[in-house]
Amino acid sequence: MTAQTYELSHLQALEAESIHIFREVAAEFERPVLLFSGGKDSVIMLHLAVKAFAPARIPFPVMHIDTGHNFQEVLDFRDRTVERLGVRLVVGSVEESIAKGRVRERPDGIRNPLQTVTLLDAIQDNGFDAVFGGARRDEEKARAKERVFSFRDEFGQWDPKNQRPELWNLYNGRHHKGEHIRVFPLSNWTELDVWQYLAAENIELPPIYFAHEREVFRRDGMWLSVGPHNTPREGEEVVTLKVRFRTVGDAPITGAVESTAASYEDIVAEIAATRLTERGATRADDRLTEAAMEDRKKEGYF
Amino acid sequence: MELLRFATAGSVDDGKSTLIGRLLYDTKSIFEDQLESIERTSRDRGDEQTNLALLTDGLRAEREQGITIDVAYRYFATPKRKFIIADTPGHIQYTRNMVTGASTANLALILVDARQGIVEQSRRHAFIASLLRVPHLVLCVNKMDLVDYDEAVFDRIRNEFRQFATKLDIGDLTFVPISALMGDNVVHRSANMPWYDGTSLLHHLEEVHIASDRNLIDARFPVQYVIRPQHQTNRELHDYRGYAGQVGGGVFKPGDDVVVLPSGMATRIESIDTADGPVNEAFPPMSVTIRLTDDVDVSRGDMICRPHNQPRVTQDVEAMVCWLSEQPLSVRGMYAVKHTTRNVRAQVRDLDYRIDVNTLHRDETADSLSLNEIGRVKLRTTQPLFVDEYRRNRITGSFLLIDESTGATVGAGMAL
Repeated sequence: MTAQTYELSHLQALEAESIHIFREVAAEFERPVLLFSGGKDSVIMLHLAVKAFAPARIPFPVMHIDTGHNFQEVLDFRDRTVERLGVRLVVGSVEESIAKGRVRERPDGIRNPLQTVTLLDAIQDNGFDAVFGGARRDEEKARAKERVFSFRDEFGQWDPKNQRPELWNLYNGRHHKGEHIRVFPLSNWTELDVWQYLAAENIELPPIYFAHEREVFRRDGMWLSVGPHNTPREGEEVVTLKVRFRTVGDAPITGAVESTAASYEDIVAEIAATRLTERGATRADDRLTEAAMEDRKKEGYF
Repeated sequence: MELLRFATAGSVDDGKSTLIGRLLYDTKSIFEDQLESIERTSRDRGDEQTNLALLTDGLRAEREQGITIDVAYRYFATPKRKFIIADTPGHIQYTRNMVTGASTANLALILVDARQGIVEQSRRHAFIASLLRVPHLVLCVNKMDLVDYDEAVFDRIRNEFRQFATKLDIGDLTFVPISALMGDNVVHRSANMPWYDGTSLLHHLEEVHIASDRNLIDARFPVQYVIRPQHQTNRELHDYRGYAGQVGGGVFKPGDDVVVLPSGMATRIESIDTADGPVNEAFPPMSVTIRLTDDVDVSRGDMICRPHNQPRVTQDVEAMVCWLSEQPLSVRGMYAVKHTTRNVRAQVRDLDYRIDVNTLHRDETADSLSLNEIGRVKLRTTQPLFVDEYRRNRITGSFLLIDESTGATVGAGMAL
């Protein structure tokens, strides 16, 4: 920032807006929780939360909705981070939901859509009234219409046609018992902003976001990683490539991109030049139908 | 790189989607998979051209009915600035949507069709932009290719709009003749209109001076959250007491004499903290934590300001209100009020008039406001508010009215 003109850079302005949102929730809700998977958006979320309340600790726990299909590097990172910051970690386990018969494993083995039940159960069991998510409006077209404070009814449902107008920097978090608000402090960030900010703040990420050699195979036009939850089918040839991940989700459906970008600098340059959205490039779950995200969101998905 | 937020108003007929599409496309902000997806959908629907509105009209109901339901946010950047577009639909719920989009905008972009000239909708959009105090207004005269790039057509529309604008409070008004379809004067200056001596639209968006739009004179700091680490071992942190918030106006510096409202206690700023360390000054829209020299009682909803420049402390608020709910505003009705970080309740004591957004006619016989209507009201609040005129400060002059039973946001208020 320059003293003469009182200007903020776009990253400083976005940071100030996000911090304002975090504090607003901490002040007005009784039991907020921050969704933390170890993915890059949730890492920025946690970083901003730390900044919002410094030098005090973050005044709410974090929660991971665990599909059981994880990248080990990301789980290690999650545990290390939580330990370092001294925050409480709540884990909602999809595997447990399956064992309890709350949901049934899908024939294709994809667990991403199953997370909704686990998430809503965990929100109810813990009595959370505000749930921070790292979703951004530039990610997906149903999310482009999402509010910063997004009202969810007692079934966790989102009603896109009946959203509260959101004006100035005034956020309306009113809700009755059993209802809750999803809060999206990164609404106005783009993928490029996220990477520029990660680089500017030198924030640690799980190593799989940077280029590394990995055994992968081709399915549905994506490079999938060979691992305990991902076995190549007949005819799917395994090759070793230099790749990195642009997003990190349910392992069986998260594709890697071929890349040599090993540093933040490289990644920012690569993202600035890319011609594919991160979800288009790497997420099979969004390809199910044109309105896949909207349908999942209405049911209470992130 | 600076951030500029702008609101676009108009309907598909004015070529708004084409214009936004061109801005996004020419700045390489549309991705290949997005383009392929909307090309496929356009083809399936039998559209003749790729319908760029489908980029964000992604909700099922929107695609099925071919309408835009809600404000859509789009993002693009050039090497000079990052832009956030609040794209507000022209037909359905136009007032509610445009008021929402305009509330955070640095600039409003209004499109008119060169063949039609200024129509009712253009006047309505200009009125809302001025009511919401959007600092910069750009009138794009579109489809110049269809009037043979005729200077006389542009001049006539410009003069007519200028005349109308004298009735409004518009700070900075710019006119650009464009053809969104052909790309004239959108990203680059057009050779087809040598008589036009201004810049291209994108160049204007990149260069328009927005730093002075914030109020840097009246120091206002609504206290949002009290930070108390309550550290057992670290003695220094044990006594830490900071007031966190986003600066709502003016410039704060360590050592400044300040007053805390509503108590009126005078004290001084000890330091202004951020997670990256203390700063020498804080100005809007910075989020910071202020520590005070004296141990005074300060909590959320209080306001820190300067002793000789204070907001009005009042329970009687006169305001323009835009109604956002199907359930009409009723005189004598009680509502919850959210103003800065303060939550109070208020009764509507009187509705002075309802304004016709198309003609600016004031109807003083009106006794209620329906959805999308705008009027001047008198409110009496249960606790004092610390208010500035909205025209002087958009942050300390704005408030929401909330239905206490449903929790819905029903009114957007601007203090007079």
